[in-house]
Order: sequence, then structure tokens, then C-alpha cells
Amino acid sequence: MSVARTDESLVVAGKWASWRHTLSPTGNLGDAIFRLLMLLVALFVVALVIAMVFALSTDSMLAIRRFGFRFLTSTNWNPIKGEFGALPFIYGTVMSSLIALVISVPLSLGIAVFLVEQAPPFIARPIGFLVELLAAIPSVVYGLWGIFVLAPFLRVYVEPVLARLFGWTPLFTGPITGIGLFTGGIILAIMVTPIISAVVRDVLAAVPSTQREAALALGATKWETIRVVLVNGAPGIAGAVILGLGRALGETMAVTMLIGNRPEVSLSLFAPSYTIASAIANEFTEATGDLYLSALVELGLILFLVTFIVNGFARFLVWNVTRRTGGVGRAA
Amino acid sequence: MMTTLTALCTFAAVGILLLILAYISWRGVGSLSFRFLIDSPRPVGEGGGIGNAILGSLVLLALASALGLPIGIGVGVYLSEIGSGRLAAGVRFITDTLTGIPSIVTGVFVYAIVVLPMKHFSALSGGIALALVMIPIVARTTEEMLNLVPHSLREGALALGAPQWRVTLGVVLPAAASGIATGAMLAIARVSGETAPLLFTAFGSRFFSYYLDQPIASLTVLIYNYAISPYDEWHAQAWAATLVLVTLILGINIVVRILTRRRF
Amino acid sequence: MSVYRRSIQVAALITALALLFAFSACSPKTQNVALVGAGATFPNPIYQKWVSDYQKLHPDVKIDYQSIGSGGGIKQIKEQTVDFGASDAPMKDEDLKSAPAELLHIPTVLGAVVVTYNLSGVNQPLRFSPDVIADIFLGKIKKWNDPKIVADNPGVTLPAADITVVHRSESSGTSAVFTDYLSKVSPEWKEKVGSGVQPSWPVGLGGKGNEGVTGQVKSTPNTIAYVELAYAVNNKLPVGLIKNQAGAFIAPSLESVTAAAAESIATTPEDLRVSITNAAGKDAYPISSYTYILVYKQQKDPSKGKALVDFVWWGIHDGQAVTKDPTYPYAPLPQEIVKRAENKLNSVTSGGKPIHS
Repeated sequence: MSVARTDESLVVAGKWASWRHTLSPTGNLGDAIFRLLMLLVALFVVALVIAMVFALSTDSMLAIRRFGFRFLTSTNWNPIKGEFGALPFIYGTVMSSLIALVISVPLSLGIAVFLVEQAPPFIARPIGFLVELLAAIPSVVYGLWGIFVLAPFLRVYVEPVLARLFGWTPLFTGPITGIGLFTGGIILAIMVTPIISAVVRDVLAAVPSTQREAALALGATKWETIRVVLVNGAPGIAGAVILGLGRALGETMAVTMLIGNRPEVSLSLFAPSYTIASAIANEFTEATGDLYLSALVELGLILFLVTFIVNGFARFLVWNVTRRTGGVGRAA
Repeated sequence: MMTTLTALCTFAAVGILLLILAYISWRGVGSLSFRFLIDSPRPVGEGGGIGNAILGSLVLLALASALGLPIGIGVGVYLSEIGSGRLAAGVRFITDTLTGIPSIVTGVFVYAIVVLPMKHFSALSGGIALALVMIPIVARTTEEMLNLVPHSLREGALALGAPQWRVTLGVVLPAAASGIATGAMLAIARVSGETAPLLFTAFGSRFFSYYLDQPIASLTVLIYNYAISPYDEWHAQAWAATLVLVTLILGINIVVRILTRRRF
Repeated sequence: MSVYRRSIQVAALITALALLFAFSACSPKTQNVALVGAGATFPNPIYQKWVSDYQKLHPDVKIDYQSIGSGGGIKQIKEQTVDFGASDAPMKDEDLKSAPAELLHIPTVLGAVVVTYNLSGVNQPLRFSPDVIADIFLGKIKKWNDPKIVADNPGVTLPAADITVVHRSESSGTSAVFTDYLSKVSPEWKEKVGSGVQPSWPVGLGGKGNEGVTGQVKSTPNTIAYVELAYAVNNKLPVGLIKNQAGAFIAPSLESVTAAAAESIATTPEDLRVSITNAAGKDAYPISSYTYILVYKQQKDPSKGKALVDFVWWGIHDGQAVTKDPTYPYAPLPQEIVKRAENKLNSVTSGGKPIHS
């Protein structure tokens, strides 16, 4: 092709060849088509996510223009008067997720340490599988179980006790109904435990065994050795926790069925609350009026951005730990 | 002491699982009958069944698989076999992002781009929403499985003069086929429990339907509607429907587990 | 290798089937007509009964009614994602204006919004004055044994329990009727909360649909809520007596709801959008309401349009007999309103031609 020719077909052929070569190092036509096809599929998925951001942003423009940053700080959610503030939903989302983490993190650490460091393989494998199965149960089933088993149980046996013991704090006051932030947080805790514990297990397994041996050689007890391992895996464990947080923030059905669906910022954990995802689930098909709908889509956009950041950060942390040994993060 | 504590944590989690499963079985078995599985819903007090919801869920899963599996596997192939450098890193990042997007947000998106233009809630929009949930899961498992295929296999085939597309389709993919298949099954199990993205796409129906441009019933939406209702009869049906759904999902998980005996 | 082949075959099969579906199964091609409706949960029990009865008479017409709430009914008919909407609260003027075409309100039945509660140890129905209801839902009355409730119910022993209010979480015609009533009887309510399909509730738990609210009340002790009468009756929940304008405590019933509608028949406007809450008659139940089906005056698809008009026509005539069944405690439309609804249905056209004659 270095020699200039005037034959048109050869010029076309030359362009073809270079096109093929950019796509495929060997210049094989089949390869070029194959590689182009796969590239298009990959770019299609990228385009989808971009379209998602675009659609969410344009559809929430009306609310963004009208309320600006006030949307994030106002507690007033009043569709009749056309006032929309997201703070109650943000508060409910964050609080229910925090309750979930407070319960789930120690539990998950315990599970991971038990399965990786202590239990013999013939116990660790089947039991580990059972814990993972918790993640396979659909959200709506947790909701169903929550309504008929968990909520009555908490109302009758747990919440009265908490109210008696800690009623002097603002956290456990108000009517005891079994429905509210507390119940929502507990169901979330059950749902994120298998996710957090699975990632922590990967992280612990990725901590080089030389670390354990070194600690043992220095005369450390079993427990001190585990502490060394935990400290070593700390960034990865943090990643696992944040990954669980990302999952909890976006959980919809079970929480919707148990949290009480009321846009209010209340200090009491017994009080009903509302999450962003629940608000969308409940109100999206019924929102009359463009501004109302736009406000709901803006809630969706906020949820999208928050989970995006949280998940990205978590993946970065987990990846940093597991890549050292080539372990594969089973990030759910 | 320490071991007791960690063991307690583990058995608490396992205990909750068993408690939930036992309760579902206990409440669900009572209303389960062949008639219940094939009948469609009726007004309260007149019985009825979940046949249309089972059919609806199957149609939605078939649609989601038809759309989600090829795309997901394609992305996985791209990431493992073709893409490199910044572009591949970008695609991988976006795919991971898609994994983390709450499914309710996916539902809002599909409502905006499919339901509104079509002017109809539809099975198609539900299938698309589920496919969106499926794609990143399938893509990442495919990539991981392909990465496990030894390089020598690819090099050997290439050295024999085979072009890359034949190597990928004829050698690499087959070598990873069982892994990809189990990944696909797990993805199907995962989306079969999804409710949130169906609320304003597939919507729901009280009839048998397999029309793609019409609203369609699904087990999960039915369970949700019946769970929050006040009728004892519907509660009993919700438990039975749950038993069917959970048996399906856990069944897939356990079968995959037995087939692969994945290490951890 | 064979696993791989088989999985490719299976994948190809699934794709082919799905494509087959896509090409062959779009829209029913047969004579059958499928209508999709969505909206109010208030009339859902009777609508499901109608649909099921009507299907037996007309097996070729399939009607799918989803109770998602009146707000949803209004929204989805405006978006044209459904063939008909349903709402208890008449649409507001601005909603009608922003709809893509002219919408008609066809009243179908009358119903009552009742105050129901879950209170163990109280066997006779409780009585409520309007201001007591307002105060409970404003959060000013917090305990069941509040002197104001006791004053309405001499001789009843009320527990010292906290009151838990349950309200709707989504936009609802039942909420609109209830708050319309409260705004008429309580200036404070009118000023602080106002009326509409989705007010900002001062207290309480949110439940989705009349179903969700009733479910919440049934499962949670010491709750109080407002639901359509059918939901309370069919779930064996107590129903409060409400003091009407004339000062009598009235239980919701076919008769008391009919009485509430009777006095406004003459003054009902041309488009049939009317509120009948807080009626003056001494036998009138004060929180009564019509419930409406919303249809476009111009129907795009003639066969669907005909099926829809025929169904609604059947509903406001033969369907009214269902109200005799105590499982469906609604009240039939007054004859005068049926006549006017007929005129509305007769005005529905498709392609410029009237559908029903």
C-alpha cells in the first residue's frame, strides 16, 4: 500500500484493510466483524447507563429548577401544595441502613472469622452456603415474613423491653406498633448480612497465610492471630461494609412493607419513616402532576448517584485488598 | 470463648434462614393444590389461584433471558478476550455501576423509555427491566469464567492458524461453558425474585396473558399485593405463591451448587 | 463440548421463541377485546365482582382492573397507559385541562368512607364527633381514653393506649373524600392540612391502598384509620358512628349513604363532579361519596370503545344489583344520576360516530 495506485478498487480495499487492522491485529475479516460486534455490545451497555443518567436528569429538571438545593434540606413533602422536600426520605434511607449495619457488621465479621479461621472445611462449606442462601431469598418474601412474623414479634417481645430500658433516650419513644424505622432496619440487617459476610470471607481468605504463620511463630494466641488478620484486611472489610451499605440504601420491597411509609424526620426508632426507594415504589405510578413526578424522579437520581459513589468506593477498597493475592472479589 | 461467639453469629444467621424457610413451608403448604397452581385470581372469597402469575413470571424470565444473556455474555467476551486499556476499564466500570443501581431506579428508567412511548404497561417493558438487572451479573461471571481458561489453550489454537473469532467461539467459550451456564442460572434465579422494577413496567394482571404489549402478572407482584391486603384468604395465597417462588429460586441455587462445587 | 453445543441450542431456541412471541403475540388478533383499567381501590371489591360477572356474560371481553389508587387512575388515564381510569375524588379542573383530550366522569356506585379501628375489649361501635376525628388525625388526641373520646362514648371503658393513626401512603380518592369532609367540619384541618388525594398527614403510618391500610389496622393493635366500608365489613373490623350535621350519630349503610346523595341530586353539575360529604339530612352519613370511572369522550379504537361503554352501561344498570349482596356494601346510584350517566355514555364517540345508541 506504500506504492500509490490509481486503481479505485484497490484504494477501497486498502481502506477496508486498514479498517480491519484497527479492529483486529491479524486483519482477518471474520475477526474484525467479531471484534466489532462484541465492541458494539459493550458500548451498548455503556450507552444504556449514560441514557439512564440522562433520562433521570432531564425528567427531574423541573423539580431541580424549582427547588434547587432546598430539595435536599426541606422536610416538607406536600403534594397538595406542590411542596417537595427530600430530607425525610434521605433521613429514612440513611437511618434504616445505619441500623442495618450496626446489627449486621459484627454479625458478618463473626460469621466470616468463624468460617475462614476457625471452622473445619466440612462445616465451613455447607454452613457458608446456607448463609449465602439468605441472599437468594427475594426482597418481597422478606417483606411478607416481616409483616406476619417479625413485626408482631418485635411489637410484643422486643420493643416494649427496649422502651422500658431505654425509654429515657429519644430513640425508643412513642407508640409501639412493630412497624417503623427499627423493623425496617432489622429486616435490612438480615438481608445485607450474607453480602457483607461473603465479601469479608473473600478478604480474609486473601490475607496471606504467612501473616498468620508469622503471628503464631511470634507466640501469638489464636485470637491475637485473628486480630492480625483482621487488621491486615481492614480496608477490604471496610469495603465489604460499604458494599452492604450500598445494597441497603437501594433495597425497596421489604423496607416498603415494614417501615411505615411516612415522610417525617423523627428521632425515635419506633416512629414510622420512609426511604427514597419506598417513596418511588409507592407513589410513582400515582403521582399526578408534572412537578410531583419530577420530584420523584429526582429522588431516583439522588439514589442513583449515592449508590454509584458508595459502590465505586467499596469496590476500590475490596479490589485493593484482594488483588494482592489475585483473589477474586465476589462483590454481589 | 472467641469461637463460641463467632459460631453463635453464624448459627444466628443460619437459624434465621431455617426459621424463614420453615415458616414459608408451614404456611404455604396448606393452600397449595394443583387447582391453585393453574387457576387465575378471583374476587375475594371465591378462591382462585396463581396460574396466570406463574405463566407471567415465566414469560418475563424468558424475555429477560433472551435479551439479557446474549448481551451479558457479549460484554463478558469483550472484557475478557478483546477489550484492553482504558476503553475496557471504562466498560468494566460501567458494568459494575449497573450492578449497584437499585432495581427500583431501573424500573423508573424503563417506565420513561419504554412504557411512556408505548403508551402501555407491558410484558416487554418488564422483560427489559429484568434484563437490565441481569446483564451486569452475566457479564462479570462470563468475564471471570473466561479468565480462568488457560492461555495455552488460546495460543495453541491460534498457532494452528485459526482466527480469533473461531478460537473464542470454538475453544474458549466451550471451555468456560459450564461456568457461564451456572452464572446465567444464578442470574435468572436472582431476577425471578425481583419485584420493584416490575411495579410500573409489567404492572400486573388478573388474567392469563402472554401478549408482549399487554400488562402481565408475576409471582412477586402478586405476593406483594396479597401480602399488604387485609384478607386472610389472600394472605394464605401469598404464602403458597411464596413457597412456589422460593422453591424455584433455592432449587436453582442448590442445583448450581451441586454441579459446580465451587471452592471458597 | 456437548454441554456447550446444547447450551447454544437452548439459547437459540429461547431467542427464537421470544422472537416468535414478539411477532405473533403482539396484541390480540382475534375478536376478543382486552380492556385495562386502573385506579381507585375504594370500589375495587365491587369492580372485581362486576368484571367477573360480566366476563361470564361476555366471554369475548376481558377486563383487567388494577386497584392502584385514585391518583394512579387519574395519572394513568392522562398518560393513556390504560383504557379507563377510576377515581372517587372527581378530577380537579387543572388535571382535566392538562389531559390530552376530553375526559368524562361516569359515576358507578356510592360508597362510605368509615372510621375503623383495632381496639381490644371494646365491643360496641364507638361514636365520633367531627372535631374528635379531626383532632385524632391532627395528632392532638393521642390516647384512646382522651376525655373528648370518652365524652362521645359514655359508659364505654377505653384503654389508656397510644393511638396509632394509619393513612394512605399514595394518592387516594378515599383520602380526598375523607379530607374533604374534615376540611368542611374543622377550620383547623382546613388551614393546616387541607383536602386532596395526597395531603401531608400530621401523624401516622402509611399503608398502600384501602387494602394496605385495612391490613395495617387488622395487624396492629390500637390503630385507627379511614377506609371504604366494604373493607371494614369484609374484614370484620368495627365501624365508628359519625355525628352528622343534624347532630345524630349515624352508621354507614346503604340507606344512610343514599340519604346523603339524595339532597344533592338536583344541584349536581352537568359534568357530574360533585362532593356529597357533610350532607345536611338527619339520616345522612356524612362521609359518603360517588366513585367514578374516567373515560375519554373520543375513543381511538372503536371495538375497545364499544366494549368499554357496554361494560360501564352494564355496571350502572344490571351491575347495581350487586349492592344487594352484603359482601358489597355500596349504595346504588339514584335513578336521576343513572339517567345523566347514560347521557354521558351516549356522548362517547369513535371516529366521529356515537358508539352506543
